[in-house]
Amino acid sequence: MTIGEPRSSSATASLQFARKTTGAIPRTLTLVAVVLILAILAVLLGSIVLGGIGTVSWEFISQPPEQGMEAGGIFPAIFGTVALVLLMVIAVVPVGVLVAIYLQEYTRPDSPSTRLIRVAINNLAGVPSIVFGLFGLGFFIAFVGGGIDSVFFPEDGPVWGQPAIIWAALTLALLTLPVVIVSTEEALRTIPREIKDASLALGGTKLQTIWRIIIPQAMPGILTGSILAISRGAGEVAPIMFTGAAYYLPYLPGKLTDQFMELGYHIYVMATQSPDVEATKPILFGTVLVLIILTLALNSVAIIIRSRMRKGRVHA
Amino acid sequence: MRENFMHVNNPGDSSLAVVPEDDAPNKMIVEHLDFFYGANQALFDISLNIPLHQVMALIGPSGCGKSTFLRTLNRLNETIPATRMKGRVLLDGRDIYQDFDDPAQVRTQVGMVFQKSNPFPKSIFDNVAYGLRVNGIKDKDLIAQVVEESLVRAALWDEVKDKLDHSAMALSGGQQQRLCIARALAIRPEVILMDEPASALDPLSTTKIEDLIGVLKQNYTIVIVTHNMQQAARVSDRTAFFFEGRLIEEGLTREIFTRPKKKKTEDYITGRFG
Repeated sequence: MTIGEPRSSSATASLQFARKTTGAIPRTLTLVAVVLILAILAVLLGSIVLGGIGTVSWEFISQPPEQGMEAGGIFPAIFGTVALVLLMVIAVVPVGVLVAIYLQEYTRPDSPSTRLIRVAINNLAGVPSIVFGLFGLGFFIAFVGGGIDSVFFPEDGPVWGQPAIIWAALTLALLTLPVVIVSTEEALRTIPREIKDASLALGGTKLQTIWRIIIPQAMPGILTGSILAISRGAGEVAPIMFTGAAYYLPYLPGKLTDQFMELGYHIYVMATQSPDVEATKPILFGTVLVLIILTLALNSVAIIIRSRMRKGRVHA
Repeated sequence: MRENFMHVNNPGDSSLAVVPEDDAPNKMIVEHLDFFYGANQALFDISLNIPLHQVMALIGPSGCGKSTFLRTLNRLNETIPATRMKGRVLLDGRDIYQDFDDPAQVRTQVGMVFQKSNPFPKSIFDNVAYGLRVNGIKDKDLIAQVVEESLVRAALWDEVKDKLDHSAMALSGGQQQRLCIARALAIRPEVILMDEPASALDPLSTTKIEDLIGVLKQNYTIVIVTHNMQQAARVSDRTAFFFEGRLIEEGLTREIFTRPKKKKTEDYITGRFG
């Protein structure tokens, strides 16, 4: 008797496999989904471009609104949006990067406290944006701003304790903080341990290692986080409507305590508050088009910077 | 037996400085070292003397603790969370865990070359200059001079002198590893730890690294972890055999490889396990 001899003939008989579903059905389903999405995007962008292209002109993007927003341009809103987003980036990136570095480099990844912080960050990302707006009003304007006023400007009217571009930017920064933290963490995770060890083994301190090796390596990831934050922040209306965006302002914001006009809020105002919706419609379309182009432009700048940084770098 | 060994190596001249002697001064002394990863003990009561300007090879099967041991010699194990150690490690008589203000100070005297060549994603020049810069040297002329000197010592200068500003990542594996050696030499350490420095390299690059070790030991004390027994036999003066976290046997390389005292050592060296 040989060891490998089959016990019964059934082991050698051909098996009756169930017939497999052909590849055609899943392929069609997935393709339909893709086409559907592309079609919706095309209709959306197409109608915006068609409706807005006739309005967008140099005058439109360089002049303030006139005649109760039924004429004129949207320059103050463009200016306000760019200023708001830049302030937000200045606030959110350093804080987000510091949090990510703390989580990755200074805590044990699986400790209960680290997990708790991660859960908190994920929850922050899930909070509806209108809640951020109310929080900004209550915390930044009433508590922080009001506190500054009562200490430094008790005689004057509200200086810091009123809606302002700084509070709107900080509120947006809170909203976009999780995005920056998560993408920075992703970048930090890809840095090989050997490179950190090499820095330490050369007598570098932990701080020097973070500053000279880890942050430069993580820079593309940090910029990705900034790009995502810009995309998210530039389009949000709810967080800024209580915290600093103005219906109409005859001047541009010149200091942190000024209010500002913003494209998204401007669109909201024109669509809901205008006495003559039909008359503002071309301007509305034009404003939407400008907002989309502006968001793309802000993103492009960050993407170009990032690809410059990636050049010549090889991941070990 | 030792006379016999010396006779073989240095016929007619016992005054040569390269003779590995038991009475050579010790650069580092390890006393009763225990090391733990969490609840797991990785090293058990290791005591070992590392003689000045010699090459000490650490051999043993994977997971025997030789790399862990190596990393206790420059306090690099501290960077891993939840580790602890007992015992003493002396460098020129000073306890590196007690008598130095911070680990960075120890590491400027005890340099390290890693298994996987790990250049920074910077230029060749900046890689070698890194150790100088993090240690507060700002004099540009001095940095340039030390960078050149270190690359010469690492036998890489001729290959890279015209492209110092190129990325280190573009070098070949063997060149990268010699760059890492140059980088370690730049801060002028007294001891160099090498963790399987040639295990990822082709035979030609390996030979270059081994030749380099032979030259470097005139000025540096070298401790090298290696999986390659022939390499240990070729480059080292003394060999320590680790097994399951314990130091089984230590002695002159020639004796360890020709007449080991312990059965375990003999079994490992003759390829019966490992």
